[in-house]
Amino acid sequence: MTDIERKIREEFPLIKNTTLAYLDNSATVQKPQCVMDAVTGFYEKDNANPMRGLYELSLRATDVYESAREAVARFISHSGSSGEIKEATEKNPITGEKVSPEEIIFTRNASESLNLVAYSYGMNFIKEGDEIIVSVAEHHSNFLPWQQVAKVTGARVVWFDCEADGSFSIDTLKALITDRTKLLAITQVSNVLGRVNDVKTMAELIHEKGGVIVVDGSQSVPHMDVNVKELDADFFAFSGHKMYAPMGIGVLYGKKALLEKMPPFLYGGEMIESVTKEKTVFAEVPHKFEAGTVNAGGAAGLEAAIRFIEGYGFDFIKEREDMLTARAFEKMKNMPHINIIGGEKEEDHHGIIAFQVEGVHPHDVSQIFADSDIAVRAGHHCAQPLHKHLGIMSSTRMSIAFYNTEEEIDRFIKVLSSIRSRMGYK
Amino acid sequence: MSNNTFYNEIINEHNLNPYHKHSIEGANFSLEGVNPSCGDDIVLSLKVEDGIIVDGAYEGDGCAISQASADIMLDLVIGKSREEALRLADIFMRMIKDKITDEEKEELEEAGILESVSHMPARVKCAVLGWRTLGEMFEAK
Repeated sequence: MTDIERKIREEFPLIKNTTLAYLDNSATVQKPQCVMDAVTGFYEKDNANPMRGLYELSLRATDVYESAREAVARFISHSGSSGEIKEATEKNPITGEKVSPEEIIFTRNASESLNLVAYSYGMNFIKEGDEIIVSVAEHHSNFLPWQQVAKVTGARVVWFDCEADGSFSIDTLKALITDRTKLLAITQVSNVLGRVNDVKTMAELIHEKGGVIVVDGSQSVPHMDVNVKELDADFFAFSGHKMYAPMGIGVLYGKKALLEKMPPFLYGGEMIESVTKEKTVFAEVPHKFEAGTVNAGGAAGLEAAIRFIEGYGFDFIKEREDMLTARAFEKMKNMPHINIIGGEKEEDHHGIIAFQVEGVHPHDVSQIFADSDIAVRAGHHCAQPLHKHLGIMSSTRMSIAFYNTEEEIDRFIKVLSSIRSRMGYK
Repeated sequence: MSNNTFYNEIINEHNLNPYHKHSIEGANFSLEGVNPSCGDDIVLSLKVEDGIIVDGAYEGDGCAISQASADIMLDLVIGKSREEALRLADIFMRMIKDKITDEEKEELEEAGILESVSHMPARVKCAVLGWRTLGEMFEAK
């Protein structure tokens, strides 16, 4: 283990002393101590119901929660990060439009964020005969809500297929967009292919027709600089737990003008201005969308996770993840009987390599990895339409975080090269 | 758990060179068994005459455990009565999901090697697919 690897792993209690090579980071990542401390710290020092009480403690709880919202707004306004915490100074002004904290809604996870958009925006602004374009690489959570919207409203789901190498062609999208197109649902980085999609150009095309773009950022925000204003995304969803925050806190970014015209998704406490027996006036955004007591501890953890990421910086994180990806990819692409899904170049993968071992079912592949103390994922990765489109049943996926080590990658490769013989192939 | 040797020669042999993975003529019982979450998918076909399973086969695909287990099951039940096959399937299910006696395990012959699956929750569905399909098939008619 190199010095820097040791330093990084020292921050993660679960992995610092384990022999397990955790290579299932697209599913969820391990948590650094600072994030756990932030969650505990909230409950030890600041716990009260945010936004309710007039006493000091409740005000502190509100501050913790709203401070996290500001951190998220800053985090997805990044551009060309050098790892510094982005706050405008005279020497270092932030140019371009920034995300406003009002445009940040806290949810449980990306799935809930996407459901919020589907139920509040989709069910109300999409009509019979409209078309919803969904990329074939979507995680089920950015497809099933749109399937429901189509079913209820009488709109139609139009599939945006990828090429054999997993790339999405802008020309294909142009051919799919019609006067009826109201929405495009697409992931910035697929959880199977690992390729970065040109969301910015897609947004331009969809906006020309007056439609909106709903971007799943779950696999991008933990690994690269994201600036949702630059992408011109109308909605952008992600989970905290894939970016070092606790499970149970997620984010929906939405353009303020859109959020303001959308009805609430959940009704209940602390999302109103006034309630009478006859009439309710809802609170302003974002509180209109945050009914009930919020996950303030989770939000505190999310802010700590953002500071953790910014402390290392995406230049550093991405360089390490690219290096580890390349280390695995180089060996895998020349290995007999191993078929990598998606791009043929390592730079197309961004820490995600899904593959098949000829003649060995993915569940057997991942079982052998498990027996060798290596955690990988097998199955369809909640992306059945993609697997069907690519003509495969399921696959095995290894996915990298910057805390993984070169030695772990080498162990992975060693086991991978032994799988066929362990399954009885000569 | 010492399942480093789980993929032993018996499992690998039944998976790579299955004896019963083909179609048969004159089957009067046939049922598809699927594990939707992992993609194991088999069609089990049996030919039953006077209450005796005289022939049987399966087709489909899936992981080594699901395929080998179905093949091993057919080895065991061909030549036995319908009731006897159901009784053995019940023993197998109990072995995977609960506990069985040494005598019962002996009755399962080669299928007894799948006992270690009982400690692998994610693979239970794979191991029982053929046996579950056999049970459903006979109970439906």
